[in-house]
Amino acid sequence: MNKKITQKIAFGIFRILGWTVVGILLWILGFIVYNGIGVISLEFIFAAPRNGMLEGGIFPAIVGTLCLIVGSTIVAFPLGIMSAIYTNEYVRDGKISRVMRMMTNNLGSIPSIVFGLFGMALFVRTMGWGSSIIAGSFTLGLLVLPLVIRTTEEALRMVPDSLRAGSYALGATKLQTIRHVVLPMAFPNIVTGLILSVGRVSGETAPILFTVAAYFLPRLPSSIFDQVMALPYHLYVLSTSGTSLEAQRPMAYGTALVLITLVLIINFTASLIRRHFSKKHGAV
Amino acid sequence: MKFSLKWWIEKVIEKIFAFSGMVTTITILLIVAFLFNEGFGLFRSPVVERGSALLVNTANPAEYVNSTDIKKIFNYAIKNWSEIEDIKSGFNEDIIPFRIDDIFSVYKEEEFGENYEKLTEKLGEHIANTPGILAFLPEQYMPTDFEGVRTLEKRTIHPKYFFLGMEWLPTSRPAPQFGVVTLILGTLLVSLVAILIATPLGLGVAIYLSELAQSRVRDILKPAIELLAGIPSVVYGFFGLVVLVPIVQKTFNLNVGETALTGSIILAIMALPTIITVSEDAMRSTPRSMREASLALGATHWQTIYKVIIPYAASGISAAIVLGIGRAIGETMVVLMVTGNAARMPNLFGPVRTIPATIAAELGEAPGGGAHYQALFVLGCALFLITLAISITAELISKRQHNKGL
Repeated sequence: MNKKITQKIAFGIFRILGWTVVGILLWILGFIVYNGIGVISLEFIFAAPRNGMLEGGIFPAIVGTLCLIVGSTIVAFPLGIMSAIYTNEYVRDGKISRVMRMMTNNLGSIPSIVFGLFGMALFVRTMGWGSSIIAGSFTLGLLVLPLVIRTTEEALRMVPDSLRAGSYALGATKLQTIRHVVLPMAFPNIVTGLILSVGRVSGETAPILFTVAAYFLPRLPSSIFDQVMALPYHLYVLSTSGTSLEAQRPMAYGTALVLITLVLIINFTASLIRRHFSKKHGAV
Repeated sequence: MKFSLKWWIEKVIEKIFAFSGMVTTITILLIVAFLFNEGFGLFRSPVVERGSALLVNTANPAEYVNSTDIKKIFNYAIKNWSEIEDIKSGFNEDIIPFRIDDIFSVYKEEEFGENYEKLTEKLGEHIANTPGILAFLPEQYMPTDFEGVRTLEKRTIHPKYFFLGMEWLPTSRPAPQFGVVTLILGTLLVSLVAILIATPLGLGVAIYLSELAQSRVRDILKPAIELLAGIPSVVYGFFGLVVLVPIVQKTFNLNVGETALTGSIILAIMALPTIITVSEDAMRSTPRSMREASLALGATHWQTIYKVIIPYAASGISAAIVLGIGRAIGETMVVLMVTGNAARMPNLFGPVRTIPATIAAELGEAPGGGAHYQALFVLGCALFLITLAISITAELISKRQHNKGL
């Protein structure tokens, strides 16, 4: 009997803890949506900030973040996908792939501020690109590279070996097998991983502090060597510095809402794609 | 087939793939090279600001004054030369700290000549007349070949003052102080308290998810945890600043709510998804036969969980905790926004400053290539090494779990 009571208490606690996590999430999201929704308007999204960032909108920051997403995608996706193909299809269980996987894990564990330092030293100063979209894109691209590699590798691993064997048996070469059998099968999962890494890029602040982000720049970039504003950095600026923190609060709430909506839409799309295709595959 | 065009294409593409596979390794090597190269310039930088020097009267036996003492002298905390340990002979003379602007209270404006061409001469004269002086002068006005004037030895910043120094005053003049002890302690305090909060919470949720929850509940909880992991850190920081800071301030009746504890709570929330997912995976990998054996022996479900499943998953759970610590140590924006950033001895209910927050707050102001800039890179190296060690530890631990699974 006593055992049963202990069990009841313990399980009750775990259940409460489980729902606490949901509660925390709803609290954070609810707080930002509740305070930010009133600020959102067409002007807020499509105008530049005015009057010491107290009025106007955040359009340059949205454009800046989109530039960084595109830039880092160009850097990270091809490299990451090819790297995953190499470790999973060419040197699958050898020593080389073990070392490569270890390095990918280690790179993934490096804090984002260290990437910021590295980007500052290599891209901004040594390469002489200055604080610019291209410097920020390379920094962010290298930051998400481990994520791209890991998710692509997982996607490739889910393709059954029997399909590869079948392809070889029909006389296909390795490259043909990869192109016509492995990649099409793994495609949805690869896309999911790529989208997740885009979500990561759009929220990162520390790496762009010194490599691209502009404090206040109400015009749009004209080349990849321009500085841009970015949503996460803009939120940081609005909430910690500026002429009047209290007066800036509404703009900060609005920016936070736009940022979080962007990130959540990206993540949601990823899980939608995954769910859609996993059902399809289940049927096959 | 061999040596045909197709064969060549296959080979070339394989090489391209192989090169891509090396990119992460190359990146790590580049990070190491650049961080350490920029950082270790610090220990080749002079103690006193570049382009300036300290001068004394020839009566003074001192050859060198270390950076801590220089700072104390210019803050009037050390008043007599005999108080400085390195000067053995006990030169009993009051110290007169002197900066270049002070010369204008010694001589009248017209004594320097029309274009201040006599400035150097007058500086020399003043130093020669003042036995206890310690003058901090820019090199262009330095009276070097003057009778009664001697330049103190220029030494470079010793690693001892960096790694064991208690004060972080990177813009202090004439001698900036780069002591990282308080920063390291601050980082450890914030992340360890975060883990203390996150571990019980995270383990409870992991047990609930892997053992108790029905699939309908899992379908709500799992996406919620994924969303929690997806929220950008700057949003967490903003939430902490606006919501949690006032709560902490009121609850503990403090002057400011921007404390180490506030940072720890937010970091704990951020570390939760990592801890939950990794330890849940470990618990789920417990073989069915082990659970069934325990239940067959008459154990309750709860007894099975804490006597069989948790011990079985122990290394996976440790890996989860270690990864959580890694996440907390490297986190920048949250601590920058909610911990108050005061570089002093850390206290849970007071403002603290961590290594990542210091880098983020100061790199923008530090002139490129200067000692301050280099000191921030050394901090980056330290952070890199700490997180690398944590990642390798986690990998070793989870490998143990993996081997057990076989």
